Amino acid sequence: MLEALEGSQAVAKAVALCRPQVIAAYPITPQTHIVENISKLVADGKLQCEFISVESEFSAASVVLGAALAGSRAYTASASQGILLMGEVLFNIAGMRVPIVMTCANRAVSSPLSIWNDQQDSMAVRDAGWIQLYCSDNQEAVDSTIQAFRIAERSELPVMVCMDGFTLTHTMEGIEIPTQQQVDAFLPPYKFSRSLVPNNPISLGTLVSPEFFSEARYSHHKALLNAEAEIVSADRDWAALTGRRCGGLLSVEGPEQSKVAILTIGSVLGTLREALRELPSGQPVKLISLRSFRPFPVDALKVACKGLDDVIVLERAFSPGSGGIVGLEVLGALSELANPPRVHNFAAGLGGRDIPLEILPKLLAVLSDPGDGRFRVIDVDLSKLPVEDR
Amino acid sequence: MTTNILISELRKNQPRFRGLESGHRACLGCGEALIARLVTEAAGPDVMVANATGCLEIFTTPWPESAWRVPWVHSLFENTGAVAAGMEAALKAQGKSTKVLAFGGDGGTFDIGFQALSGMLERGHNVLYVCFDNEAYMNTGIQRSSSTPHAAMTTTSPPGKMRMGKRHLKKDIVSIVAAHHIPYAATSSVAYPSDIRKKVRRAMAIEGPTFLQVHSPCPLGWGYEGDQSIAVARLAVQTGLFPIIELERGELASVMPLREVLPVSDYLRTQQRFRHLFVDDLRAREELEHIQALADHNIEIYNLRGVGLDAFDSEGMDTVRRGGGRWA
Repeated sequence: MLEALEGSQAVAKAVALCRPQVIAAYPITPQTHIVENISKLVADGKLQCEFISVESEFSAASVVLGAALAGSRAYTASASQGILLMGEVLFNIAGMRVPIVMTCANRAVSSPLSIWNDQQDSMAVRDAGWIQLYCSDNQEAVDSTIQAFRIAERSELPVMVCMDGFTLTHTMEGIEIPTQQQVDAFLPPYKFSRSLVPNNPISLGTLVSPEFFSEARYSHHKALLNAEAEIVSADRDWAALTGRRCGGLLSVEGPEQSKVAILTIGSVLGTLREALRELPSGQPVKLISLRSFRPFPVDALKVACKGLDDVIVLERAFSPGSGGIVGLEVLGALSELANPPRVHNFAAGLGGRDIPLEILPKLLAVLSDPGDGRFRVIDVDLSKLPVEDR
Repeated sequence: MTTNILISELRKNQPRFRGLESGHRACLGCGEALIARLVTEAAGPDVMVANATGCLEIFTTPWPESAWRVPWVHSLFENTGAVAAGMEAALKAQGKSTKVLAFGGDGGTFDIGFQALSGMLERGHNVLYVCFDNEAYMNTGIQRSSSTPHAAMTTTSPPGKMRMGKRHLKKDIVSIVAAHHIPYAATSSVAYPSDIRKKVRRAMAIEGPTFLQVHSPCPLGWGYEGDQSIAVARLAVQTGLFPIIELERGELASVMPLREVLPVSDYLRTQQRFRHLFVDDLRAREELEHIQALADHNIEIYNLRGVGLDAFDSEGMDTVRRGGGRWA
């Protein structure tokens, strides 16, 4: 049955269905509604768990780390500055290969201060060694959250479920919340192979000399690559149970004969879907929605882009001094194809700037006028800048 | 008659539980190694430990070896209070009574891990936090921390034409911790093993956050021979520079009395880190007077002056009945 729910409220319900035993969080916009909703569920006795309001995001990540090591399923959520403050712990959690699920309510990073959406926060920690799944709508946020626990626990890796702040977190949609029986059938009770127990003492997080460090990093890399199979199987099994899928590693839609694809990450997919429907020329364009950014699905992407002439990558963050982040990785992956498509790279929707339907012609214009082929930020009004910065 | 017995069998028959085994790589005379052994011995095997980055972490766990016989985790330098809090929350959720211990040095406790510690205390987690206080960042090569005593020389507070060692005072961490109104906060010293064990047992019996700051001499960082650790640590107490106290819910509950108070120079003279105070120099004389005043102040506010014999303590004192003036 569809329920009209705010994204944050829906995610809170999804988390509760996964029976977490420890939740730790610190308030930050636009994540706050998630933990507010969870604390209400705890207060009303609808969720039995230790809910810990910590004194910083740094401690939120540290508390869930300790909890997972001591044998409990643990969850946290954050955004923006909070993700960066957690940064050191995020690397530590992943390096120790601890299964934790976190929601990142994507938001821009200061400075300049902005509470609004882009994806600079999760992109900044892409090398932390977490699995990163991006959601294109709130149903996916719900389903991905539940899948994330199974992926994390089977692959012994932390999973960050990224949902665009405000665009998803604060938006009401009709959402199918699964039943407790469905989730219980999908997600067995938490069991971690390296839990701390007094009758079998082990030491975790030890000092590693150069003699072992490369092997530790390599095995972490392999674990992430191997997690592709868990991401795919979780989505397949979830679909068998509920009839809904989130696209596995990535999803492709649009006419078969298309020679052009637009690759997106996150909620902008809906905007482009709508814009394509209204496109007067009726030019066939595929939409590729990248769900798994880590592991980066090189093989799936090559299959999805085979035979294309142009791939337009649209992302909500970039690396100053370099350019697009997703774009560069797509370019790298597709360079392995015999006849690789041209890759055009744009950033848009930064710091909450709206991405209107009118973005589509601007993107497609690149096909007739590819310019110098370099990364571009869409919609920059140079008149707002001092002359020397233009 | 001789009996052959396997080492493993012998270990099993040990009368005391040992949480930290021999074979670790601590320096000769390390205070931390002895304190860790005493603390885990008193706490027993039904514990798990969160350990901050620092000497204790490094010398006990060079992969693939570990000297710990208790479940142990090192995450980062500044999050030990929070990791311990998470472990405690998980055990609570599972209905288990295993006690969580948190171990940190003075850098990890007074400075970089201070916020996580404060949060853990404020939220009332059932954790015993033990601070191994060797009064500087020894692991990185003896840099000053907020626990370094006034006028001490470290590699980042060197004496020179314009400086007489550390310019600032040692942070009063136990008062700050006690100000969280936790059930129990205490100081102790490696020179008084039975005092450490007694306080650990006391803390273990309390449901809620407890804190133990143990003075831990460092031969390398303080500049003295490794076989002098206990003597040096004892002098810190006997001069009043490191008061041994217990605070319950923020109120002073007991102190270790000093029967014969020694001048601070007896303590300072034993260590190279204070050698710049023993030259013929007006500033040196002023600093010595200043440090004596700090000790006098401790003696005054905690009313440390006792009567009769000096407290005498040694390992086993609390379990083996001996004559003489025994404190506690």
